[in-house]
Amino acid sequence: MAEYIIRRVLQALLVLTVMTLLVFFGVNVIGNPVYIFASSECDQACLSAIIADLGLDQPIWRQYLTFVGNLAQGDMGKSFTHGVPALHLIFERLPATLELAFAALVLALVVGLPMGIYAGLRPDGWGAKLVMSFSMVAFSLPVFWIGIIMILTFSVQLGWMPSVGRGDTVDLGFVETSLLTLDGLHHLAMPAFTLSLIMMAMVIRLARAGMREVMFTDYIKFARANGVPERRVLGAHALKNILIPIVTVLGMEFGGVIAFAVVVESIFSWPGVGKMLIDAIAVLDRPLIVAYLICVVFMFVTLNLLVDILYSLLDPRIRLGGGRA
Amino acid sequence: MTPVLELCGLQTSFVTPGATIHALRDLSLSVARGEILGLVGESGSGKSLTGFSINRLISPPGRVTAGEVRLHGQDILPLSEPEMRRLRGRKIAMIFQDPMMTLNPVLRIGTQIRDALLAHERLSDAEIRTRAIAALDEVGIPAPEARLRTYPHQLSGGMRQRVAIAIALLHQPDLVIADEPTTALDVTIQGQILALVQGLCRDRGTALIWISHDLAVVAGLADRIAVMYAGRIVEEGPVDDILDAPAHPYTAGLIASVPVPGQRGGRLQQIPGRMPALTDLPPGCAFAPRCARATAACGTMPPLTPVNEARAVRCIHPLGQEVPA
Ligand SMILES: Nc1ncnc2c1ncn2[C@@H]1O[C@H](COP(=O)(O)OP(=O)(O)OP(=O)(O)O)[C@@H](O)[C@H]1O
Ligand code: SF4
Ligand SMILES: [Mg+2]
Repeated sequence: MAEYIIRRVLQALLVLTVMTLLVFFGVNVIGNPVYIFASSECDQACLSAIIADLGLDQPIWRQYLTFVGNLAQGDMGKSFTHGVPALHLIFERLPATLELAFAALVLALVVGLPMGIYAGLRPDGWGAKLVMSFSMVAFSLPVFWIGIIMILTFSVQLGWMPSVGRGDTVDLGFVETSLLTLDGLHHLAMPAFTLSLIMMAMVIRLARAGMREVMFTDYIKFARANGVPERRVLGAHALKNILIPIVTVLGMEFGGVIAFAVVVESIFSWPGVGKMLIDAIAVLDRPLIVAYLICVVFMFVTLNLLVDILYSLLDPRIRLGGGRA
Repeated sequence: MTPVLELCGLQTSFVTPGATIHALRDLSLSVARGEILGLVGESGSGKSLTGFSINRLISPPGRVTAGEVRLHGQDILPLSEPEMRRLRGRKIAMIFQDPMMTLNPVLRIGTQIRDALLAHERLSDAEIRTRAIAALDEVGIPAPEARLRTYPHQLSGGMRQRVAIAIALLHQPDLVIADEPTTALDVTIQGQILALVQGLCRDRGTALIWISHDLAVVAGLADRIAVMYAGRIVEEGPVDDILDAPAHPYTAGLIASVPVPGQRGGRLQQIPGRMPALTDLPPGCAFAPRCARATAACGTMPPLTPVNEARAVRCIHPLGQEVPA
């Protein structure tokens, strides 16, 4: 287990290195941030001063080494526009994004799992057809379109739901959350639902497919032949088997959800890192963009590791670090 | 004395909007306390389906469409599903073919025993433990206490089948349906499992239906045998009588195709052709296309006719009688 984790951490470091290269050089290709700082009457000398100040006069490989050196010390540079460390800004905004993504994940499971299981148990009923149509629609409609339609319907037309911001939050000391106030939940509902749709569609499909497969296995027949009540057969004997692929896929998708949050946060003006990224791109705030991307990759890698560990807990046949399969 | 189980004119069908297939027809048999009935026939003849028709676990769209299933003289077909569940595992138990597939891969052995126990009894954790250890001990599993925490994949095939047998016998059922429980095992293990089940059922007076396509296995085990062909019983009676002097041409063919130890060189006989599909049965005797004794009279289905007080055969021209020219 320990050996396995060390190997995975080394892999993760490699991924991060490649990633910094891509991001750093990629971002350097687009636009010139100097003009953000330069006022209209700034002459050549003033421009040179700004360039030197930002370290942009150095050759690009030296800029990269400086960047990596700083990164290793946890320093991702100062935001050009805010003048504070980029990492600070991200950590300030990250809780709102994680809250949104987490709410979407829970919603996808709580709604998707029962729907998928139901559709798997009665695959020919009209209920199953309804569920499957829903999952197809949820999967194929663009997220931004659904978000906008929801705002138009529930906020503009009906006036039931707020469409902007987080609402009231509670300060827990280390983090602020809108999960604990009614107003906060009210604000969270539409963005979280919008963000959860793709995951929900996936959970429905996986749960349905898993259920259809599992219900024909001998171990389910055996449990029934022993008189185990149907609730227990479904809730433990079948569920634990269908959860394995669902956990894997959701774990891998969760990073994607955080990335998708960019769209949802923009639509609902949710003050998370996604919205911040869009703003940063608009003004070419390089350190902030780079810091965001690195944080996202870091989260992806960590999540994958966690999923593998969780997976081995769910499926006893998987032993981390090799051994008997 | 009333037999433990009687099937009377049982018919099991797969009913779909397009078509109805009768997979079991006019099936009658009985098993007494302490008796072992061997149910033999080639693949697809309906042996497993007979087992599932008894404890009503046929996969949809299959269901019993006519006849009676009498347990201690009482027809259990009218019972509701909850009433039926209370019989499964408590009065009627089942053991399956492939021990790899019978136990749930993601639940500990202890959990699976516990679920089977709690299906019919209210027990404390300590009682469950004692009962589980005793059950594993009884089927010859070494260090049963340690086994409770293991998962099925950590046991060998033979051990797994022992666990399945222990679970099936937890509540001292009156009837055990064993669906080819040794087919997937090594020959040496086969013998052990055979002896184990035989011994346990003899000791407790359990009625046993042993399903097998292997006449050799059944010959050494059963008191009586019933031979199935295309969903019907074609011959039924005491095992020695039938092996010595089969009355149905199909039974004779089965016996002739079993290799006899010590008699090498003699050509094994084969039954020409194959069993017709259920959708494509000839109008009369289903064996007619393969039967050397078939005449025009075989174009109407012969009834299961008593040969003597212990035997019956479904054939117009049973062996031992002249075939009219
Ligand atoms: N869903 C279904 N629809 C139609 N026919 C079915 C269905 N399921 C099973 N059958 C039919 O029921 C018949 C009996 O199958 P069963 O499994 O009882 O055979 P078996 O004698 O146990 O064979 P084997 O030795 O291969 O286990 C088969 O001919 C099969 O075609
Ligand atoms: S009824 Fe006729 S066809 Fe069928 S087994 Fe007997 S002799 Fe053969
Ligand atoms: Mg079978």
